[in-house]
Amino acid sequence: MADLVVHAGLQAPGSRANGARLLTLLLLVALVGASLMSLAIGASGTSLWRAFNDLVSGQSLSLRDQVVLWDIRVPRTVLGVLVGASLAMSGAVLQGLFRNPLADPGIVGVSSGAGLGAISAIVLGSFLPAVLAERLGYYLVPVAAFLGGWASTLVLYGISTRKGRTSVGTMLLAGIALGALTGALSGIMVYVADDQQLRDLTFWGMGSLAGATWTKVIAATPLIMVAMLGTPFLARALNGLSLGEASAAHIGIPVQRMKRLAILAVAAATGASVAVSGGIGFVGIVVPHLLRLMVGPDHRYLLINSGLLGAALLLIADVISRTIIAPAELPIGIVTATLGGPFFLWILLRQRGLVDM
Amino acid sequence: MIRLAALCAFLAGPALADAYPNAQRIISVGGSVTEIVYALGEQDRLVGRDTTSSYPVAARALPDVGYMRRLSPEGVLSINPDLVLAEEGAGPPETIALLQGAALPMETIPGGYDRDAVGAKIFSVAQALGVPEKGRALSQQVLAEIDAALTEVAQQTRPPRVLFVLSMQGGRIMAAGANTSAQGILNLVGAQNALSGVDGYKLVTDEAIANSQADVILMMDRNAGRHQADVLRHPAILTTPAGVNQRLIRMDGLKLLGFSVRTGTAVRELSAALTQVQG
Repeated sequence: MADLVVHAGLQAPGSRANGARLLTLLLLVALVGASLMSLAIGASGTSLWRAFNDLVSGQSLSLRDQVVLWDIRVPRTVLGVLVGASLAMSGAVLQGLFRNPLADPGIVGVSSGAGLGAISAIVLGSFLPAVLAERLGYYLVPVAAFLGGWASTLVLYGISTRKGRTSVGTMLLAGIALGALTGALSGIMVYVADDQQLRDLTFWGMGSLAGATWTKVIAATPLIMVAMLGTPFLARALNGLSLGEASAAHIGIPVQRMKRLAILAVAAATGASVAVSGGIGFVGIVVPHLLRLMVGPDHRYLLINSGLLGAALLLIADVISRTIIAPAELPIGIVTATLGGPFFLWILLRQRGLVDM
Repeated sequence: MIRLAALCAFLAGPALADAYPNAQRIISVGGSVTEIVYALGEQDRLVGRDTTSSYPVAARALPDVGYMRRLSPEGVLSINPDLVLAEEGAGPPETIALLQGAALPMETIPGGYDRDAVGAKIFSVAQALGVPEKGRALSQQVLAEIDAALTEVAQQTRPPRVLFVLSMQGGRIMAAGANTSAQGILNLVGAQNALSGVDGYKLVTDEAIANSQADVILMMDRNAGRHQADVLRHPAILTTPAGVNQRLIRMDGLKLLGFSVRTGTAVRELSAALTQVQG
């Protein structure tokens, strides 16, 4: 990885940068296109174009069209953009931070912690005091997932930080141990779950944007936006870090502060994403790789491009998930993995020999 | 605003059963509910069903809106229904709230795993469809069938110990404990659940299986084919009378566990099969 970064940076910086900027523009266009697609295509025949015409000519929409467009498709599209972008950017940040091509948001414990939170809420939700359960309603699971993700990341960060220095190596290993522990606790929950809860758990794990509501959008937006707007500031530091921590510190990069920021940003963005959409795999690990193969490892372009591509791809996957077996819906995690897996393998095979990770 | 109202409506829970005699585009969610709609002869009003609605076979031709606990709001609306009849437990709640926001009436049909639950289900469905008379007739007929089957059952001397095997996963057995639909049907036929001290469908240890001393194994048809031989060869089951005598009964899952129109038939068939294998 580190070798690759240095070589690529030295080869032809000018053309790389131009290529990356062009790509950003293209991805932006693709994202707008995907958003329009997501607003326009769905199981029902509600047409975005007709609705637009009706509104312009002063006619009011039928209640059903209103609900389909405003309460179903719009929040779903917004959530798709946020979740896709945050998963892909988080993946890019972590792969840079850990200097490990296999890093994804799972590595800082967010996913497993969020999973445990969600599973506990599904299984034990009925034991909560009635007041709390009533207030949270069906937001109990997302809230528990978000808290679980955060708690798990903070514990992991605490374990790996000694005397103000976070050891990335310790974090990787402790993450495995913590993951096993949360996995075991989740296993206990699965064991005591009843038949219906088991099915809910299974579907939660496959992820979906189908539960998108305005409340979820409003709750998730600030967390994800702050994290996403913050990450580009990490780009130079992540570039420096590819030389190794010691070298990065020598050229004046505040390594420890950067690690803390990166980990907190990822925990906030991924925690919120997983909370509102369940477990959607693959986007976080594959999108940054795809872009690295296309325009090189410079984080100044990689982060923003990852966000754009992640958002566009997730929207397209969501459109497929809700139309392919309409009126039923395929969980989106299945779509991302079935389409993304073979495509990524193809890219790898094509590039074999050019890139050696 | 719409959503808030919907949420309130959702939290308020199922209201008193409303009647929708004019509903002509109905989505039926839940295998037992769909079965009742057909038995009432009201199937021409159906325009959609969920994945669990696999009986009668004609129902499979209707558009499938997905698994009953994972309904997609736009998918449901796309069929342009004017009523959703849903078995208890349909969801997720986000979807239910959105559908209510779209002013789509939704009637929840109560669940339950005993004789009276069957009557209540049939009555609720008929009430919602606006055909209470047909409902009364059907529920009388079905309950009479169940009662007739029950009197036959009552003549048996020793209640057989039955182990309901839901599935086998890598040599481990998932079996039915208390508070399950399987326990419900065993209660009806006067059989004893061989597995005690377990709640719900659980993976159970070989020792618990051996301890169960089951006389008969009961399975659903769809799992039985390939697994039948495996189950009867399972080392723990071989230690039970059921294993020693190779006694296994297979029945259609929805018929056996649906607690709907065919429950009377299920009781009679299961009871007859139990008598037969016990010789």
